Amino acid sequence: MSEDMSEKVLMKGNEAIAEAAIMAGCRHYFGYPITPQTELTAYMAKRLPKMEGGVFLQAESEIAAINMVIGVSSAGKRVMTSSSSPGISLKGEGLSYLAGCDLPAFVVNVQRGGPGLGGIQPSQSDYFQATRGTHGDYHTIVLAPDSVQEMVSLTVKGFELADKYRMTSMLLADGTLGQMMEPVSLDVGEIKTFDKPWATTGTKMQRPNNIINSLSLIPEELEQWNMTRFERYKVVEENEVMYEEYMMDDAEICLVSFGITARVSKNAINEARAQGIKAGMIRPITLWPFPKKALCEAADKVKAFISVEMSMGQLIEDVELATRCKKPVLLCNRCGGVIPSPQNVMDKIVEANNLGGEKA
Amino acid sequence: MTTVFDRPHALKDVQLHYCPGCTHGIIHRLVAECIDELGIEGRTIGIASVGCSVLTYNYFNVDMIQAAHGRAPAVATGAKRADPNNIVFTYQGDGDLAAIGTAETVHSAARGENITVIFVNNAIYGMTGGQMAPTSLPGQVTQTSPYGRDTKTVGYPVKVCELLSNVDGATYLERVAVNDVKNVNNAKRAIKKAFQYQMEGKGFSLVEVLSTCPTNWGLTPEKAIKWLEDNMIPYYPLGVYKDKYAEKEGK
Repeated sequence: MSEDMSEKVLMKGNEAIAEAAIMAGCRHYFGYPITPQTELTAYMAKRLPKMEGGVFLQAESEIAAINMVIGVSSAGKRVMTSSSSPGISLKGEGLSYLAGCDLPAFVVNVQRGGPGLGGIQPSQSDYFQATRGTHGDYHTIVLAPDSVQEMVSLTVKGFELADKYRMTSMLLADGTLGQMMEPVSLDVGEIKTFDKPWATTGTKMQRPNNIINSLSLIPEELEQWNMTRFERYKVVEENEVMYEEYMMDDAEICLVSFGITARVSKNAINEARAQGIKAGMIRPITLWPFPKKALCEAADKVKAFISVEMSMGQLIEDVELATRCKKPVLLCNRCGGVIPSPQNVMDKIVEANNLGGEKA
Repeated sequence: MTTVFDRPHALKDVQLHYCPGCTHGIIHRLVAECIDELGIEGRTIGIASVGCSVLTYNYFNVDMIQAAHGRAPAVATGAKRADPNNIVFTYQGDGDLAAIGTAETVHSAARGENITVIFVNNAIYGMTGGQMAPTSLPGQVTQTSPYGRDTKTVGYPVKVCELLSNVDGATYLERVAVNDVKNVNNAKRAIKKAFQYQMEGKGFSLVEVLSTCPTNWGLTPEKAIKWLEDNMIPYYPLGVYKDKYAEKEGK
């Protein structure tokens, strides 16, 4: 790395995440090979063993990897794992345990097409999985970068939020962002750290023993744990929503998109503006907590929304909920590893513009 | 007055939930005595599993992590690698370790993780009410093998110590039982050795403890001990299956 951190370097998305994680103080990485995120694993394999206290381990499975994460997180240290869609399904069990144990963790999903083994090209079809999760009542903080630079900043942010709220933060990327190279600044500023008096570091015979546990056989107790956890989630929803507004001041058509499709959407918006159509975009950066308020307010101003996504209509459900169906919400989507073209998006903008603002 | 017998400090003064005649209580005590005698309570991390022993986190007076079913060795791997100076042990039953957690067991051994595994084999799923375990004996009647374990359709029990003895990464494997005083003393010696090996950085140790389940076997505690002696010990012979350091010392 360059000595001058403000200088930009050319990095692949997957590698930028890894370097940012190291800068955020992560010295423990557990993974299992899967395309299209393997560069991240390989980068950690090269870097961590050369660092003091650095641990890189290729686990026997995604399941083992996420449980190793649980072990390190319990010990109070920053830790991460990464995978792609089918591998994240395997980690699902562990994600629920992390939530039930109130453990911080940072998890990366570089999405590919599904379901099943699917394909290896980019996709956003794990939106439901990321924002809805596996068994039990819980939330995961979901961060959606749209550039390699944002992969760096959101990785650092992800570790900080995880520790601050004792939650899992998931960086939800896709195969395009993971594989593409862009110039990035690695100037991430001061890294925030948090005390972890709950960690299982050994009692040193100086305090009562700490217990990391998600089990309660008393329904009222388990209910109370969930209630307490959701109080914390409420604070996250109030304070940690992130989104970008693009040309929204006078917009009549509001695109909603995250990640790589937001980049495509910007091109389409510029084209629409050139043709005299007032299009804009709200780009959620946190998918949970979702920018509900911004969308709800936009619904009073625009005549239609378009959810631009690489899935069969997942993000659109949150857009409809957030806007309370006050205005029509159109779907512009490709899936299976296909990225929508600016023309695909442009066609949908024209269609929305012709709706005339009345509910379809 | 002189105290000649007391509760180990590493075992909390709380009521255990185990059924009458169950040998988990003995094994808990042996583990706690070893922790006391080795003076490692303040730096020991225990990993509870899923099954009857799930509540061990309430019993040991050390920092505890409750792991998902079968995943204790992976959680232990993380805990140990996060702080190699700590002593990390898992406490797992047969369903947890030899069925759903087979991969985690074999691979933590293959990696030579410097952890201690206490493996309680009672040939049945206790917590869920007596289903067939990977270690249930041929012909054994359980809730899910009501006509007896038929090896033609569901195959044979998994012999964990024998299986792991072929894994190069494993350091120390011994099978013991807690059916009588002599064997209880021997079990304690094995458990202590497993912890000592970890303290000396010698790698992966597993002590398999043959245990009883009177409730789900449908036997009195006394008859359960007899059943263990007549049926389990012949199928699962006691002894040291691997000890890398004894081999090196020519023992």
